Amino acid sequence: MEALMNWLEAQLADNSIFTLQTLGYYGEGLVTTVQLVFLSLIIGLVLAVPLAIGRGSRHAWLRLPIFFYCYVFRGTPLLVQLYLIYYGVVFVEGIQDTWLWLILEKPFVPALIAFTLNTAAYTTEIFRGAIKSTPRGEIEAARAYGMSWGLMMRRIVLPSAFRRALPAYGNEVIFMLHASAIASVVTIMDLTGAARFVYARFYAPFDAFLFVAAIYLCLTFAIIYFFRHLEKRLLAHLKPASG
Amino acid sequence: MADTPIPLEVRNIKKRFGDTEVLKGLSLQAHKGDVITLIGASGSGKSTFLRCMNLLEQPDEGELIVHGEPIRFKETKHGREPADWKQVVGMRAKLSMVFQSFNLWAHMTLLENVIEAPVHVLGKSKQEATDHARELLARVGLAERADYYPAQLSGGQQQRGAIARALAMDPEVMLFDEPTSALDPELVGDVLKVMRDLAEEGRTMIVVTHEMAFARDVSTQVIYLHQGQVEEAGPPDQVLGNPRSERLKQFLAPKH
Repeated sequence: MEALMNWLEAQLADNSIFTLQTLGYYGEGLVTTVQLVFLSLIIGLVLAVPLAIGRGSRHAWLRLPIFFYCYVFRGTPLLVQLYLIYYGVVFVEGIQDTWLWLILEKPFVPALIAFTLNTAAYTTEIFRGAIKSTPRGEIEAARAYGMSWGLMMRRIVLPSAFRRALPAYGNEVIFMLHASAIASVVTIMDLTGAARFVYARFYAPFDAFLFVAAIYLCLTFAIIYFFRHLEKRLLAHLKPASG
Repeated sequence: MADTPIPLEVRNIKKRFGDTEVLKGLSLQAHKGDVITLIGASGSGKSTFLRCMNLLEQPDEGELIVHGEPIRFKETKHGREPADWKQVVGMRAKLSMVFQSFNLWAHMTLLENVIEAPVHVLGKSKQEATDHARELLARVGLAERADYYPAQLSGGQQQRGAIARALAMDPEVMLFDEPTSALDPELVGDVLKVMRDLAEEGRTMIVVTHEMAFARDVSTQVIYLHQGQVEEAGPPDQVLGNPRSERLKQFLAPKH
């Protein structure tokens, strides 16, 4: 470890911008970005599954509120949603006296809430389409073989829909990664936040932002690779037999 | 005849879609070992009739008695519905259906398709279901194809797989909804052969079909439907060999 640090220091010796300190900022930013994106995607995914099922319900009292939620969160900019949640929450009467304030005061949780609600809305729509396009015959077969609604959802409709939704969902994940850059405007030191800081300190836009762009590219590459692997495994049933 | 059990009986089934009455009071009694074929022109209601038997379509009127147990219905504002869906689920597990377009679950391998309902509906152990499934797949000539996905199989193979799936339920009655209509002519034979074997071993079957040779050779009873009504019914040599109604004569006449 010691040797590695020394080597790194030597490499960075005649470089005034990318010092160990600024690289540390980028490193922390990377952790924050990954946390923010990963958490919001996971929670969003968990929310989106029941929402997508409800979105296709024949009961209007269930279907319409979900439609409205999706419409609002897909119909307004994420930045505006973030502002509303981060700056707006202060004005909720009495909230500063509750324990909630302890977590809402810092920008991380409001940003997480905004990102989660936003990605959940998009993911709901992706899944709704995938659920709706389940072949009718497969649903009939499930019913004809004595499956209850819940069993049919769990064993037939959702597994089949997830597979169909995979390419579109992979896109949504990449989109969320890039959308997370706006977390930096509410003072979160994510990757972009770190880049802004370095830029402001050294007035070197190309160095600061090209470096962070390269990190985003690497992250995107990892996501693409992950989804390609997943598709290869889960979409095997669509490929013609080999041999 | 009176002593043989009656796994499925339907009485006076009526069904309308909007203003058209597609089934005008149809009845049928399937004794154990019966092979009943439903024939008729398209639009005669034969498929709808079959689908009423496991309530994939809800009949507006009529009774359905599975193994001596009448299915209970209730009136709702959407029309008549089964009063107890649990009863329906249990009933469907006793009647397994083979569809015109196979309807195998595309994201599962053939083997997974066959064990799915036995494991998750009947509650069999996975091991037991798998052993049984392999036997059945071997029987329909698909032992080598167990790990293939439906999209990797020909239509005939898919349909034979679907028959294995139906057999895995140990059904009391098998319902076939035009099982060979979506197949290329050269693939029909394999599927019919499997069905003939099933009839020979004494399976109770209700078959909607256009295969007159099958109806003639295999069935115990042939029902000819016309516009939602039974036009003629009886043993095959009587109905197919010596039709009385003009319509049936025309229906059976060789087409050019």
